[in-house]
Amino acid sequence: MIEPRVLAHKLDFSWKRFFLQWEWMLVIIFIAINVMNINLSEYYWDYDNLRDAMMGFLDKSFIVLPMVLIMILGDIDISVGSIVALSAVIMADLYTMGVPMVLAMLICLAAGIVCGWINGMLIVKYKELSSVIVTLATMIIYRGIAYVILEDQAAGGFPEWFSFLGWGYVGPIPFILLAFVCFAILFYLLLHKTVLGRQIYAIGNNANASRYSGVKVDRIKIFVFVLAGFMAAVTGLFLTARMGSTRPNIATGYELEVIAMVVLGGISTAGGKGRMIGAIIAIFLIGFLRYGLGLINVQAQMLLIIIGLLLIAAVMVPKLKIKRTQKLRKT
Amino acid sequence: MESRNVGSFVMPMGQQTQANKNKRTISSYVVQFRELGLLFFILLLAVLIQMRNPSFLTWENINDLITNTAILSILAVGMMLVIITRGIDLSIGATLALSGMISAMVVSHFPQVHPLLVLLLGTGIGLVCGGGLGYLVAKIGILPIIATLGMMNVFRGLTYLISDGKWVSAHQMTTSFKFLGTGTLFRINHLIWIALFIYLIAYYFMGHTRTGRQIYAVGSNPEAARISGIRPERTLWLVYVIMGGLSGMAGVLWVSKFASAQGDTASGYELSVIAACVVGGVSIAGGVGKLSGVLLGAILLGIINNALPLINVSAFWQMGIQGSIILAAVLLNAIVKRGVDRNHLMRRKV
Amino acid sequence: MSEYILELNGITKVFPGVRALDNVYFKLKPGEIHALMGENGAGKSTFIKVITGVYEANEGEMLLNGKTVNFRNPNEAKQAGIAAIYQHVTCYPDLSVTENIFMGHEKIATGSKRILWKDMHREAERLLRELGASFSSKTQMGALSVAEQQIVEIAKALSVNAKIIIMDEPTAALTTRESEELYRIAEQLRDAGAAIIFISHRFEDMYRLASKVTVFRDSKYIGTWRVNEISNKELIVAMVGREITQLFPKKEAQIGEEVLRVEGLGRTGYFTDISFSLRRGEVIGLTGLVGSGRTEVCDSLFGIHPYDRGKVILKGRVIKTISPSQSMHSGIGYLPEDRQKQGLILDWGIGDNITLPSLKRISFKGFTSKSKETDMAKRLAEKVGVKAKTIFDLASSLSGGNQQKVVFAKLLTTDLDVIILDEPTKGVDVGAKYAIYEIINELAAQGYGIIIVSSEMPEIIGMCDRVEVMREGRITAKLSGTNISQEAILAAAMAEPATSMAQR
Repeated sequence: MIEPRVLAHKLDFSWKRFFLQWEWMLVIIFIAINVMNINLSEYYWDYDNLRDAMMGFLDKSFIVLPMVLIMILGDIDISVGSIVALSAVIMADLYTMGVPMVLAMLICLAAGIVCGWINGMLIVKYKELSSVIVTLATMIIYRGIAYVILEDQAAGGFPEWFSFLGWGYVGPIPFILLAFVCFAILFYLLLHKTVLGRQIYAIGNNANASRYSGVKVDRIKIFVFVLAGFMAAVTGLFLTARMGSTRPNIATGYELEVIAMVVLGGISTAGGKGRMIGAIIAIFLIGFLRYGLGLINVQAQMLLIIIGLLLIAAVMVPKLKIKRTQKLRKT
Repeated sequence: MESRNVGSFVMPMGQQTQANKNKRTISSYVVQFRELGLLFFILLLAVLIQMRNPSFLTWENINDLITNTAILSILAVGMMLVIITRGIDLSIGATLALSGMISAMVVSHFPQVHPLLVLLLGTGIGLVCGGGLGYLVAKIGILPIIATLGMMNVFRGLTYLISDGKWVSAHQMTTSFKFLGTGTLFRINHLIWIALFIYLIAYYFMGHTRTGRQIYAVGSNPEAARISGIRPERTLWLVYVIMGGLSGMAGVLWVSKFASAQGDTASGYELSVIAACVVGGVSIAGGVGKLSGVLLGAILLGIINNALPLINVSAFWQMGIQGSIILAAVLLNAIVKRGVDRNHLMRRKV
Repeated sequence: MSEYILELNGITKVFPGVRALDNVYFKLKPGEIHALMGENGAGKSTFIKVITGVYEANEGEMLLNGKTVNFRNPNEAKQAGIAAIYQHVTCYPDLSVTENIFMGHEKIATGSKRILWKDMHREAERLLRELGASFSSKTQMGALSVAEQQIVEIAKALSVNAKIIIMDEPTAALTTRESEELYRIAEQLRDAGAAIIFISHRFEDMYRLASKVTVFRDSKYIGTWRVNEISNKELIVAMVGREITQLFPKKEAQIGEEVLRVEGLGRTGYFTDISFSLRRGEVIGLTGLVGSGRTEVCDSLFGIHPYDRGKVILKGRVIKTISPSQSMHSGIGYLPEDRQKQGLILDWGIGDNITLPSLKRISFKGFTSKSKETDMAKRLAEKVGVKAKTIFDLASSLSGGNQQKVVFAKLLTTDLDVIILDEPTKGVDVGAKYAIYEIINELAAQGYGIIIVSSEMPEIIGMCDRVEVMREGRITAKLSGTNISQEAILAAAMAEPATSMAQR
């Protein structure tokens, strides 16, 4: 006998729960940081300065978008900085050898895709290896290749129009911001509105159950790592356009900030949870924090410490919350 | 692709005992083979390099090589413990730099302090760093990669902050301090003696004490360890403390040997240490690792670092080669383990 | 001085929303083998966890040798002389047998606390020989078979002078010969004065070894009898509450044309020479001991692990099952064995779980449609009778039976022809079991071909038209109609491959 109807409609909605969400907390912290910065320096709240600062930190933000996907999957990719360097170096080297700029740029993107594909394949074919050790090894290899290509030289001399990428405007809006917003919208839609996005959440939550439900786990993983490689190459393009030249040691240490932004954005390191908007807010949060502190001459090293501590704090808070509820449940 | 029939393994009862004896031989054979293979590979490599450049196998060069490898091998012991527990520690280079910088500054401002005291200080700093890291990983439960990534930058930032971006150079250090890292005893460098000492202690600790064996247990199966009455959190914390202490000690030895302390000392060194462990057979999956393997791994890496300039390979290849070594070693480990597991599976079918 | 070494009175254990144990009693004498029987979900595992200190009871008392005890953790229970051996051994696969035996209580020198390896190896060897094991104590644990690992577990118990030994389904994965070995060891331990609690689904284990049997049903204590004073039928009634014939709904499906044929299927190291056929409306059982390869055959049919040899013919066409999504596309569905790890995403709602396999089908150019998903989820959840307030309720909040129904609902989202069910009623209470059997019968009536993999004999006998019995990777018997009986199935499941070949 089949039981009578199961009800279904909307979940009960509560304003309190809505505003207690992580992302709103981030917005509050973001506002607080801005308030603090305004008080710390009169140069902060200036349209031109803010805009320039934003153009400065947006290059990293391109990698944050796919990194959100990777971490929701439950993996990690610490080779992104190296992919940025390698793809940029390949482009610069090819250009100095006479390859037309547009083609060089396309090859740069292709290099990123290949690097990401290699990461994905290794992780998927050798499941006993964690993404940590695989991307640790490729991190070294990719940058190593960049060093072999350019040694410790810089390569530059790009055509005039190339710097438009990093410095140009479309109307009042910086091109780089426009590009970022477009990608951000795409990634947001991918994660939250498509079948693929739902499947990514599923894999991050329980890869086994997802496999048994017909989700093509391996294919999706490779795809996401390819995306990361591609976006790293995009970063390479913008970074090189802004600096006017490139060397093998660019984007060193990017991993820390990118992961910090993702984690701060509410994405759990265990996978299966987190929202794109959180990471986007975190990008601006950390970006403006850096800018504000830089204005009062806080040294770069101090910033390193701050970001390192931010990363750890961002991971700690949810864990401590869980421990508290566990303790309460025991009594 | 082999095509073995399950049925072909049916054996009459009498041969059961023989099969079981073979069981042990084959899996331990594979494991022993690894160290011998590594040794053989090292010797082969040495011969090949010698053929390209005869100044490789000179007493002077070998001494140089071993001295440089000493610090690497000391750190590799600590990293082995961390990896056995299924963790990783990317912060050791930064811990090394921090302790080295503080020690160097102490020496330059208080030259009357005895070098051994400075060594103790540096080790202590390392222990504190490791303790903090261990707390984050073991008690709070943060993933090692994230915790060490974050703390690596914190320690490195502190190093720059404390030194105000300035170096401590040779003429600011006392002769007695520099003697620590460069002096010899019976014609063998201090560093080698210290490394030897560390390895002896580690051998006893890992092989003959309960705490040492518990480290293997926690790495092999943390749930079973809890049931056995071991507290995995304590063991995990201890492992990071030891790693930190060794890094701290290495920091003092480093600045003494190179007679200079900078903000970016040992930047990226953790990768060489990890490479040494992985090449030496320490399994990333945890529970497996031998000191002999790690020592050989460190020696192999030391040889490669030493020999590259000798055979005219540009230093810029070093990074790529190191990365490839890690990848190759890790893949090899995985493939070998698959073979061993398949072996076990086959035998179970009887 | 009590005559009982262990006594539990009025033990109740409650978890949020579930009464796992409800006022149960148990008495154990030294030198006695006492069987504990009951269906899956009756409370046996929880009971064992209370005895071994993993759980603390909410009510009731536990007496050890007449004195009240209260274990706060497994260590205290171990120190009190209680040891447990499970079907799945938790051990350190990378360490040696000796270390596995002595971890936690190694032999150390009094002064220096140095580990005395020689002594430990010697003692371990002694224990192993006493138990009749043929492998050396220096062997790596991961290299041993399940039966051998269990012997190590027993050696571990002996090494701490356990006076009470609990064996939880120890023979589930053993051959006849290995089971005999285990029986011998159990009797040896009993004769030496130990008290043994033996949990098993198999009546023959019980008749062979135990002098007393206690039955749990639905978390309650039903009774204790002397083994020679209770018959099989009475035992089943005690365990199940109803006579076996009333357990299963009547099957009314028409058997149609052949929908699936498997020829010579093989996967190196797991199974070989698997051939059978399945017709529409038919329910066949695939059974055998744990480790016989049944689940592996299903994994290969479903595309989780591809097979090396043989053919799979679905609806007359040869297909290659290389991935779950492709198998589902061809028409084969699978209900996995472990619903929490393989069947459901516990942190998600019921609706999201149900629609996961078929998101593509109800999407528009790759974009998800909440309304279509909600409609489909509601429809299917009602069809299988999930008891929940809304389809947004988390899967983790459901009972075992309800969770299983959700996994069933997942199967209905796509057009399938063959459904493989792996342990469909494991951990499900009696009421939900009947509902699930009804669902299965209805699916058969609708024309699906159904394969049930199960270790529960009554289920196989009560639901299946035909039975394929597997042993060590091969089919050792094909039974149908009146030939299907517990004796026939067990004989085929436990036989050595050599003897079973002779039977064929």
